[in-house]
Amino acid sequence: MRRRHFLNAVGAGLLLPVGRGAWAVSAPAAGPANKKLIVVMLRGAVDGLNVVAPVGDENYLRLRPTIGLAAPGMEGGALDLDGYFGLHPALASLQPLWAARKLAFVHASGSPDATRSHFDAQDYMESATPGRKNTPDGWMNRLVAALPGPRSPSRLLGIGPVLPRILSGQAAAVNLPNVAAAARADLLDRPAVKAAFDELYANHPRFGRAYADGRAAHREVMDALEEGQMSREMQAADRGAPLPNGFPDDAARLAGLMRNDPKIQLAFVALGGWDTHANQGAATGQLANRLAPLGQGLAILADRLGPLFDDTVVVVMSEFGRTARENGNGGTDHGHGNVMWVMGGKVRGGKVYGDWEGVGDAKLNEGRDLPVLTDFRSVLAQISEEHLMLGDKRLEQVFPAMPQKRPGFRIVAA
Amino acid sequence: MALNLIHRASLALLAAVLMATGAASAADSDARALHVLNRLAYGPRPGDVERVAGMGVQRWIDQQLHPETISLPSDLNARLAALDTVNRSAGESLAEFLELRRDVRMDDEGAKQRRREAEMRASRQAAEARLLRAVESPRQLEEVMVDFWYNHFNVFAGKGIARALVTSYERDAIRPHALGSFRALLGATAKHPAMLFYLDNVVSSAPRPDAKGKARGLNENYARELMELHTLGADGGYTQRDVTELARMLTGWTFDQKRLARTGETFRFDAGRHDAGTKTWLGREIAPAGQQEGEYALDVLAMHPATARHVSRELAQYFVSDEPPQALVDRMAATWLASQGDIRAVLATLFASREFLAPAAAGTKFKTPYQYVVSAVRASGVPVANVGPLVNTMSQLGMPLYGCQTPDGYKNTQDAWLNPDALTRRIAFAAALAAPLDPAQLQATLAGSISPRTLGIVQRNPDNLRAAMLLGSPDFMQR
Repeated sequence: MRRRHFLNAVGAGLLLPVGRGAWAVSAPAAGPANKKLIVVMLRGAVDGLNVVAPVGDENYLRLRPTIGLAAPGMEGGALDLDGYFGLHPALASLQPLWAARKLAFVHASGSPDATRSHFDAQDYMESATPGRKNTPDGWMNRLVAALPGPRSPSRLLGIGPVLPRILSGQAAAVNLPNVAAAARADLLDRPAVKAAFDELYANHPRFGRAYADGRAAHREVMDALEEGQMSREMQAADRGAPLPNGFPDDAARLAGLMRNDPKIQLAFVALGGWDTHANQGAATGQLANRLAPLGQGLAILADRLGPLFDDTVVVVMSEFGRTARENGNGGTDHGHGNVMWVMGGKVRGGKVYGDWEGVGDAKLNEGRDLPVLTDFRSVLAQISEEHLMLGDKRLEQVFPAMPQKRPGFRIVAA
Repeated sequence: MALNLIHRASLALLAAVLMATGAASAADSDARALHVLNRLAYGPRPGDVERVAGMGVQRWIDQQLHPETISLPSDLNARLAALDTVNRSAGESLAEFLELRRDVRMDDEGAKQRRREAEMRASRQAAEARLLRAVESPRQLEEVMVDFWYNHFNVFAGKGIARALVTSYERDAIRPHALGSFRALLGATAKHPAMLFYLDNVVSSAPRPDAKGKARGLNENYARELMELHTLGADGGYTQRDVTELARMLTGWTFDQKRLARTGETFRFDAGRHDAGTKTWLGREIAPAGQQEGEYALDVLAMHPATARHVSRELAQYFVSDEPPQALVDRMAATWLASQGDIRAVLATLFASREFLAPAAAGTKFKTPYQYVVSAVRASGVPVANVGPLVNTMSQLGMPLYGCQTPDGYKNTQDAWLNPDALTRRIAFAAALAAPLDPAQLQATLAGSISPRTLGIVQRNPDNLRAAMLLGSPDFMQR
C-alpha cells in the first residue's frame, strides 16, 4: 500500500515536468518577456489620408472631390478624432478604443526612401533598412534575437501560409496558415510516421531546422489549446454568424493563442488588397469594405487579449501612402507618407502624433503626396525600448544606421 | 600456373575498372538527365530519366526548345478539348459573366447559385487544363515557360471581371509567345483585356473632368508596373516623371466590356481619351502620335539593355539559382540584345552554360508549391483524375492557381517558400498521394535524386511508409 503510493508519487513526479502543458501550470515569470508586440502590415499601400483624414484642412476636399470623407456629423462623414482629423466611418469599431485612449496614430510617417515600388518599399519596411536591398533578415527576427528570455520557435509567430521577410533570419520563427488549422492533429502526430520523418529530417543541413521548428510549434499550439479555454472560445467564435473576412476570425484566435501560450511574444499578420488605383469609394465602397473587417479584427483582438492587452502593443503599418489628389478614376496612385496605427493598454492614445504640415499644395512631397516627417523606425524603436525594454546597444542591432532624430513624442508609457 | 593466375587476376581487375567507369558514366548521364528534367520540366515521370539519357541530354533540350516539333498525345488532346469553358473566347466568357452578374443584381431566382456554379466550373476547368498539361504534356519546357511568364506578367483572377478573362489571357497572350519574341509577348499582354483591366489602364485617360463614367483622368498603375516588373526592373533608372509620362503615352489603350462581350473585340485605341500633348519620357521627346506612342514605348522597353538584364536575371534565377551568377546573366543579356529579344535564343544560351550544367547546380533550387505538387504527381505516374486535392494543396501552401493578388507574381526562391508549416503540409500531401504507390517503382523513377542517406532510412522503414517517405523526403523538396 505504502509502496504503491510511493511508486505513484515517483511516477507522477517523473511525468509532470515533461507532460503536456508542463509550462502552462507554472505561472509565467513577470518581466520584459511578457511584453508583447503584434504587427499588422497592410500590403499594397493603404490610403492613409482616408483612414485618418485631415477633414479640418480646407484643401482636403478640394484634392479629393469624389472620394474625400465628409466632415463629422454629415451623412457618411468621418468620425471626429480631435476636431481636425477624422477616422474613416468604416472603422467605427475602433472608436471605443480611441475614446479609452488605447489607440493613437502617427501621421505623415513612413520610410524615408523615395521608392514608389510596392515591392521595394515593403522590403525596406520589413528589413528596416530603407534603401539597402541586401539586408539578409527582417527586423522582427533581429528583435526576437535581441530580447532577453528563453528561446522558443513560437516566440516569433506569423499568421499566414508563408514566412514573410520581416520574420526571416537567424532566430527561429514559425508560421501558422490559420490558427484553426494549427489546432488540429496532423499526420505527423502518428508515432510511426513521426519517427520516420523525424529521422529523415534530423539535422538535415538545409531543411532540418524548419522541420524541427514546425514540429515544436505544432506541439506547443496543441498543448496550449488543450490546456486552455481556447477550444471552447474557438467553438463559440465558429457558432456565430460567419465573419465577412478572415481577419476578425484570425484576430480572435491569435488573441486566444497568445493568452494560452505565454511563449508567443511577437506576432505578425499581413493583409492585402489596399492598392486602390480606381474606384476606391468614400464612406462606402472598396476601401471601406476592406477597412471594416480590419477595424473589427483589431477591436476583437483588444477585447480577447483581456488582461494581456495591457502588456501588448499593436502596430498597423503600410509600405507607403497614396497621392493626396484623387486620380481620374476615383482612386489614388502611389504616394509617400502614410499613417501608422498604434494600439495597446499602455499606449498614450486618443491622439494623432507626428509633425504635420497640412495638405496644401506647397506642403506636398513632390507636389503629390504626404512627406515623411516621422521615420517609421523611430516609432518602432521607441516601442522596442519603452515597451519591450530593449537596451540601447541591442536597439542598434535591430534598427541599424537609424537617423539620430528621435520623435518629439512618447507614444507608449513605460 | 602462376602466370595464369596473375593474368586472370589482372583481367578481373581490368574488367572491374571497366565496369566501374561504365557505371560511373551511366550514373553521370542519368544525373544530367535528371537535372534537366528537374529544371526544363516538372521532374521525371516513370521512364523519363532513361529516355532522356538514351536520346542524349542535348538533343532533348533542343527538342524542348522547339515544342512545335513534339506532338501531344491524343488522349491529352481529347481531355483538353472536352473542357468547354477553357476553349471559349474572352468575349464568350465575359458575356456569360456579365449576364450572371446582371441576374444577381436583379435578384433573379437562383441567380446567385447559378453564378457560383458557373464560376466554380470555369475555375475547375482552368485548373484542370493547366495541371493536365503541366503533368502530362511532353512539351514540358513550354509548360514551364507558361508558368514563368504568367508570373512575370501576373493577372489576379480574383479581381472583378478578370475572373472571366484569365483563361483567354494565358491561352491567347502568354502561351503563343512563351518561347518566341519578347516584344510580341509584351504587346500581347499590354493589349489583353485581362491586363488592361487588372492594372487599370482600361480607365486611364487624358484629363476629362466632365466625362461620364470613371475614365476622367490619368491612371499610373499599368505604366509603373510595365517598367518596374515587366521590363526595366525597379533599378532600371526611370523616375516618377517617366511613370507619369508613360501613362500619358498609353492613354486610350483600352477595351469596352460591352463590345468585347458582343463582338469579341479585345482591344481598342480610344483617340478621345488619348492625351495629345508632347511627352518627355526616358530622356526622349515624344511627339504626339496616338496609339503609336504606346507601340514605340513597347519597342524601346523590349530592347532596352535594362530589360535584357532584368528579365535574363529572372530567367537565370528560375533555372539556375536564387542568386544567379552575374557573368551568366550578362551573357544572356548579350544574346537578348543580339537576337532582338528572342526568348528561345536567350534560353539556349542559358541551357548551354556551364553554370546551368555544373553538377553542383543540381538540387539547389527549392521547389515552389506548384512545382512540388506537379512533380509529385508526375513521379507517381498516376493519371490525373481529380485536380481538386492538387488545387487545394497549392492554396494551403500559399500559392493558389491564378490567385496571386499582386502584379509581381509568385516568387520561385527558397526564401519565399521554405517555412516550418510548409514542410508539414508537403509531407501530408505526399503521404496521401503515395498511399497506393509501389515504393520500388517510385525509387526507380526518381533514380539519383534521392541521396544514399535518405534511401538508407527509407529501407529501414515499413513498406507502407516508403513511398510517402520518398515524396516527402528533403531530397524531393528540391530540384
